[in-house]
Amino acid sequence: MADPMKIRATLQGEVADVRVLMAHPMETGQRKDAAGKIVPMHFIQAITAQLNGKTVFAADVSQSVSRNPVFAFKVKGAKAGDKLSITWQDNKGDKRTDEVVIGAAI
Amino acid sequence: MRFSSAGLLAVAAALLASCATPQRDYLPDALSLMQRDFHARGIAGLDRLNEDSVQAACNKAQDNPPQELAAKLEKEQFSAIKWPTDGKLLGDWKAGERIAQNGQGMAWNDKGGVGGSCYNCHQVGPRESSFGTVGPSLYQFAKKRGYGADIQRYAYGKIYNAKAYNLCSQMPRFGHVRALTEQQMKDLTALLMDPASPVNQ
Amino acid sequence: MLGLAAAVCAVPWQQAAAQAADPTAAEFDKFREIMEQDNPAELFEVKGEELWRARRGPKNAPLEQCDLGLGAGVVKGAYAQLPRYFADVDRVMDAEARIVHCMITLQGFKYEELAKQPFSSLVRTPEPVSLVTYVAAQSRGMKIAAPQNHPKELATYETGKAIFHYRAGAFDFSCASCHGADDKRIRTQPLPNFTKPEQAIRAVQGWPGYRMTGGVMHSLQWRMNDCFRQQRFPEPGYATETISALLAYLTVNANGHVYRGPGIKR
Repeated sequence: MADPMKIRATLQGEVADVRVLMAHPMETGQRKDAAGKIVPMHFIQAITAQLNGKTVFAADVSQSVSRNPVFAFKVKGAKAGDKLSITWQDNKGDKRTDEVVIGAAI
Repeated sequence: MRFSSAGLLAVAAALLASCATPQRDYLPDALSLMQRDFHARGIAGLDRLNEDSVQAACNKAQDNPPQELAAKLEKEQFSAIKWPTDGKLLGDWKAGERIAQNGQGMAWNDKGGVGGSCYNCHQVGPRESSFGTVGPSLYQFAKKRGYGADIQRYAYGKIYNAKAYNLCSQMPRFGHVRALTEQQMKDLTALLMDPASPVNQ
Repeated sequence: MLGLAAAVCAVPWQQAAAQAADPTAAEFDKFREIMEQDNPAELFEVKGEELWRARRGPKNAPLEQCDLGLGAGVVKGAYAQLPRYFADVDRVMDAEARIVHCMITLQGFKYEELAKQPFSSLVRTPEPVSLVTYVAAQSRGMKIAAPQNHPKELATYETGKAIFHYRAGAFDFSCASCHGADDKRIRTQPLPNFTKPEQAIRAVQGWPGYRMTGGVMHSLQWRMNDCFRQQRFPEPGYATETISALLAYLTVNANGHVYRGPGIKR
């Protein structure tokens, strides 16, 4: 399975501020390796976020996004104890899902 | 036991003096570790760990060698400078600027030779703001010092072997170790000395 | 008399750190704080923890019993107290050298395998790099306190100092040529003076560090290697005593400062 994500979700009232770090080479398909050969495209194409099983965020991603990207977004109507799960899928069909439980507001 | 105050002062001074430097010289330990732990790679051979007379003198005295020894070694370094046989010290300042900008060469992932890496340590031309401050600014080098043959000779000589002028200078000896060719050093001299060079505007 | 000598020779490098009142540095600190909030280094911390617990190598064993200086399996706070003396090898080791040692003794890996390609590239991050990132993260927020108790710890500091000041190579450079004076820079990159306690922290803080250029994770073993390359020296062996000695010198000089964990670099 692909390398784990790092998800941080902090509650501010009923809005969860979510920041996700993803491990991915995000190859554009334009880079040449040391031997001069093109490194093939390998990038995250889709990201979805689910709150307690319901999709709250969906994004189509292009290869312009950098290696090991950070995605940040806000989700309304979140409460402490809610399960937030993030899934990404890349152009090779590889997938990764990670989950956190939203902590109480600080 | 009785101590005189002078005696106590002498003892205190001796104690302080013995703290100013480590109890013993750790350089031999350091050298044997390095000899064991380093390996040759690319053009960087293990012989590069050996001190020559200049490095030894500077290492031993923490870059502050005794006057007499410094003068002697500087003279030796100076006499080893190979001056251009055609007597011309000025090359092409445009080529010089490119050489000054190039920081490659002489490392284990490199070839021998290549660039002078001047901007790593010096301000040179007025249009390059990405310059280092390890060495003094060379901007308006000839404008400030004069354009005569003696200054040309000083500039070429410094580039060839900075240690001939200041034994423990941090500036590499570009000509001495063949990091730069004669033509490259002429081009750099022109960059500093040519009245048309942007350095002297 | 001996007691008096010891008191007078009290280690002079344990000075109170003076905050540099430099506005440019303050701006860089702010920038660094923002970047460090979502530092991709955290991905390697997580990976490193996975590797710490996983059964790996010919012995099919985890690293969980590795003694990083505070006892077998104690990871919290260990990085901040390295390099230190280890009796089982009768030498001072830095964090990565110790991790490599544990990979060899506990898991059965061979030094030659680990030393073959020890530094990160665009396509591969060696296991010790993720591991040292994980270990370093467990000292986040703690004061650096590399010990100077055992005679070999004291001697290693002095040896490291001698290495730091040793001028050689094609360009007559020592570490001190760039890092032995105040307020210098190479091109536009500031060169902290590592001989001074208040600046030596900059040798330690930020490492292991995620380099945005190329998206690679690098540790201090890489940084020391790359310095020697730029000094036009031959290559130092990976995780050798020479590097431990150098790291001992730098870290002890930085003692007392808080370590903020793995960093991020351009």
